[in-house]
Amino acid sequence: MNIAIESRSLSVVVEDGIAMITFDAPNAPINALNSRLAGEFDAIFAQLESDEQIVAAVLLSAKPDVWIAGADIEELVSLTTAAEGEALSRGGQRMLDRLAALRKPVVAAIHGACLGGGLEVALACHWRVLSDHPKSVCALPEVQLGLLPGAGGTQRLPQVIGLQAALDLILTSRNVRPRKARSLGLVDDLVHPAILRQVAVQRARELATGTRVRADRKTSASGLLLEDNPVGRALVFRQAREQVMKKTRGAYPAPLAAIDVIAEGQSHGMTRGLEAEAKQFGALAMTAVSRELTFLFFATTALKKDPGVATSGVSARIVKRLGLVGAGFMGAGIAGVAVQKQSPVRFKDASLDRIAAGVRAVRSVLDERRRKRQITRLAFDDMLSLVSGGTDYTGFRKSDLVIEAVFEDLAVKHEVLREVEAAAPNAIFASNTSTIPIARIAEAASRPERVIGMHFFSPVHKMPLLEVIVAPTTNQETIATAVAYGKQLGKTVIVVSDGPGFYVNRILAPYINEAGKLLDEGVGMDAIDEALVAFGFPVGPITLLDEVGLDIAGKSGRIMAEAFGARMEPSSTLQRVIESGRVGRKGGAGFYAYDAAGKKEGPSGSVYALTPIAGARRTMAGSEITDRTVLPMLNEAVRCLEDGVLRSTRDGDVGAVFGIGYPPFRGGPFRTIDAMGAPDVVRRLDALDARFPGRYTPATRLREMAVLRERFYPSTGKPL
Amino acid sequence: MAVVAGVRTPFARSGTALANYTALDLGRHAVAALMQRTELDGAAVNLLVFGTVLPSVLAPNIAREVSLLPHFPRDVQAFTVGRACASANQAITDAADQIVLGHATVAIAGGAESLTQVPILHSRRMADTLIAASKAKSLSQRLGVLGRIRPRDLIPITPAIAEPSTGQTMGQSADTMAKLNGISRSAQDEFALRSHLRAAEGTRDGRLLAEIAPITIPPTHMEMLASDNGIRADSSLAQLASLKPVFDKQYGTVTAGNASPLTDGAAAVLLMREDVADAHGYAPLGFIRSYAYAAIDPAEQLLQAPVFAAPRALERAGLSLNDIDLVEMHEAFAAQVLSNLHGLASPYWAERAGFSSPVGEVDPTKLNVMGGSLAIGHPFGATGARIVTTLLNELARRGGQFGLLTVCAAGGMGHAMVVERA
Repeated sequence: MNIAIESRSLSVVVEDGIAMITFDAPNAPINALNSRLAGEFDAIFAQLESDEQIVAAVLLSAKPDVWIAGADIEELVSLTTAAEGEALSRGGQRMLDRLAALRKPVVAAIHGACLGGGLEVALACHWRVLSDHPKSVCALPEVQLGLLPGAGGTQRLPQVIGLQAALDLILTSRNVRPRKARSLGLVDDLVHPAILRQVAVQRARELATGTRVRADRKTSASGLLLEDNPVGRALVFRQAREQVMKKTRGAYPAPLAAIDVIAEGQSHGMTRGLEAEAKQFGALAMTAVSRELTFLFFATTALKKDPGVATSGVSARIVKRLGLVGAGFMGAGIAGVAVQKQSPVRFKDASLDRIAAGVRAVRSVLDERRRKRQITRLAFDDMLSLVSGGTDYTGFRKSDLVIEAVFEDLAVKHEVLREVEAAAPNAIFASNTSTIPIARIAEAASRPERVIGMHFFSPVHKMPLLEVIVAPTTNQETIATAVAYGKQLGKTVIVVSDGPGFYVNRILAPYINEAGKLLDEGVGMDAIDEALVAFGFPVGPITLLDEVGLDIAGKSGRIMAEAFGARMEPSSTLQRVIESGRVGRKGGAGFYAYDAAGKKEGPSGSVYALTPIAGARRTMAGSEITDRTVLPMLNEAVRCLEDGVLRSTRDGDVGAVFGIGYPPFRGGPFRTIDAMGAPDVVRRLDALDARFPGRYTPATRLREMAVLRERFYPSTGKPL
Repeated sequence: MAVVAGVRTPFARSGTALANYTALDLGRHAVAALMQRTELDGAAVNLLVFGTVLPSVLAPNIAREVSLLPHFPRDVQAFTVGRACASANQAITDAADQIVLGHATVAIAGGAESLTQVPILHSRRMADTLIAASKAKSLSQRLGVLGRIRPRDLIPITPAIAEPSTGQTMGQSADTMAKLNGISRSAQDEFALRSHLRAAEGTRDGRLLAEIAPITIPPTHMEMLASDNGIRADSSLAQLASLKPVFDKQYGTVTAGNASPLTDGAAAVLLMREDVADAHGYAPLGFIRSYAYAAIDPAEQLLQAPVFAAPRALERAGLSLNDIDLVEMHEAFAAQVLSNLHGLASPYWAERAGFSSPVGEVDPTKLNVMGGSLAIGHPFGATGARIVTTLLNELARRGGQFGLLTVCAAGGMGHAMVVERA
């Protein structure tokens, strides 16, 4: 006999004593958890408890490649107090406690994404069967949003897979693939998706009849030593805290809170652990860091859906073949990403040696993935088979998109553009220039409407941003195609208008230059770098110069100074270091000295002799260093908005975080201005401008906002 | 039948630049390059035929493995053929036949060989012991079985290039042919020198390079191999004369200098019906007009069958040697080429082939104008596709109309094909 109860997201069909619970959120592509579901779950739990015919249950998803993707983020951002957050967490905990305490076994039959709250549900079930499909993945990504698993995950995960493994999963948000999930003990069975349901039913019945009992977790030798006694655990927690501090310098409260909550449960039992979890969840939900990280999540999600063109009815061309002129560092970097997305890539460069170097660079990117077992040997061979090249334009005729990554010289770019227009008559021509305005490049075009900028960041396979630069002549189809292809390559794409430095390099220029001027004044390079790393940048500006290459930085610096005058005038120390012939890390010497393997050895003492004050030194407070470098960056971002280079503050914030590593916990330049308040930003800029005339003049928009007490974003609720 | 394009890896003496690549790696490289250069949409391809002479025991159907490149849909048909050194020719004619039959519209045919990575077998006793050990039910039983291994069981069996029927190696057969046809040592050395000098010229002026898809050299991949590494531009008669005979050390004339070297490489051509080529916007390189296969008793003159195949192919094309603007003859050995040329002009061999008059004297200025396998190298399974490509490219360059190619093969087999420039 079948009994069916209709509810909004969950439905139950009893088949031969097993309640098949199917999660199928209506009108949604995925299953997400929210507090409204609590009633539905409670009703089902009550049915399981009261219905004598039911001996066990299986929890399934009706979504194609998602089991439960986590909590509903819209609900999280609607929280206004820590108490509300704590209550939300309490609600989830109570529901899963009830699930875990059911007398009848519940088996999670998992295929697809099992994330966050979804994994917490699975952990509360009595048995977990996972499909061995590549789409199956388990993770607890809460700390990425500045939160922690709030439905008992911090307590149940260590019980299931052990303390060290649980810490690793929670603190890194690592994606756990099926085989790893099995070996960790995160799931009990790994099966082909075709028999997932069948095996889950079988296990449910076995657990119900007692023919299968959950075995105690096997503890490894290191587990015995470190996890099963208070001294070992204390050591594990101390190491975890040290690692987090080393990685984040304490800027992110969530991982530290997660460690505390796990420790609480380990020392004082699950009840106390759950209390701490709910309390910390509520507190974290109110932190600025969580708000900024959540903002970035919304912003990138919105960008994924943004076609890059305002007009409807414009469709992007499908890029079947990619031509790349220039197999150097950037060209090869783009190729390395493209072949991983199944795009055939053809290089054109001046010599076979350069092609060989390009192919080798692609190989090494793929090889790293192979060594990390992210791709199989066969996938490696397949991806590599998609790249080839030559010294002429053979293989370009049918290219849909040709990206040039040749030397940054307008005449060279013009020559390449003319050649490509002849060799690839249907192709869109994209320049990967970081400095030359696209309109200047398009001057040589017979089809300027198909000329666009695609500014990738280096190293391409690691940097998530793509800046698409639109010249006045660029047409809508070209924009849509560049944006769509950038997304196909897995990039977060912002569309900006043409202009010197576009957006990312333009806001970088005053920051770098002001850092250089601090050097001019005798501030130590390590002090400057340290202050900005403390601010949250991955590396300081002087190290960044060495990484980028002083030759390249010098060239773009001149272009920016020509375009914007005093506020972009490069420092004289930088000029002289460049004149001294140093090129940065790639040449073994820049501001810092490097050993043969390219490892930084420390400030190069002789650089100080090149400062205008001939090596005289002074110390400066970190806060002054950050004010003098970061404020002009914020100011320039506002100017980009005024000038129409940026379409939105969202793009500006995402571009800074993903393009130059602006601290994610600060959300981006515009979010930082909001956090500081425009009046404060203007006051500090004015003070600096009085000391250094013309370099810190606040942008008009900023001054207006200060007067009107305006913000870029709403202060509460959903940020976008 | 249109040949749209042909491409190959550089050919490298075995154990050198391409030693770390398997035949499959090389085959995939050649076919991927063919797809990149022609920019053909892989979905248009419905057949891939590949030849190989020493198949890998790990991937016996190399054609299928090549066809699983990401460039192609998974429903491409693929099979591997073997006709010794004419395997790629067999692949090409099989693919062409499939197109003529209407079973396919677009096909890729070619071949690959690594004579570095050849399969080495265990002795029979060793193999039996290992199988028995794998069936053992306990560790002690297994150790007992393995304990029966004797040192002589460990001697591996390496593939010899010898005829299973006669036990003669190919070199010995070439030596015999030289004796039977009166081919002198100096004639062989002169022909070998000619091959090297012409191949060197064809490399220098870029004609041979045009058919090569450069490949990075493992393990560092720092450099690209873009040309055949067996060609000796500085070869001389004196140098060749100084080499000792390899096979018949006392009376023989075949040396390492006048025989083709063991070589690694792969080659592939793209075939389609003429109207399909038009529809795809390709200007074909040329067309296959006719072909023929023939055979002779391997114990007689192992590599002389091209003499039987050539007149048949010409007859099927309705042409005579006078109509032919270029001749490409596979050079396994200088002695074999010279024997074949002698046979083509001989009434005796014409009669044995069933023709009243011989094919004729091949004009040396039309023969192997960019050298041949002696210099370029001879990856068994790939050579046929190289020759088709070389011949059609050069016909196009010279503006000639018809070309004839011949390939000798182990087992006493021979192949000939007549092609026409588009």
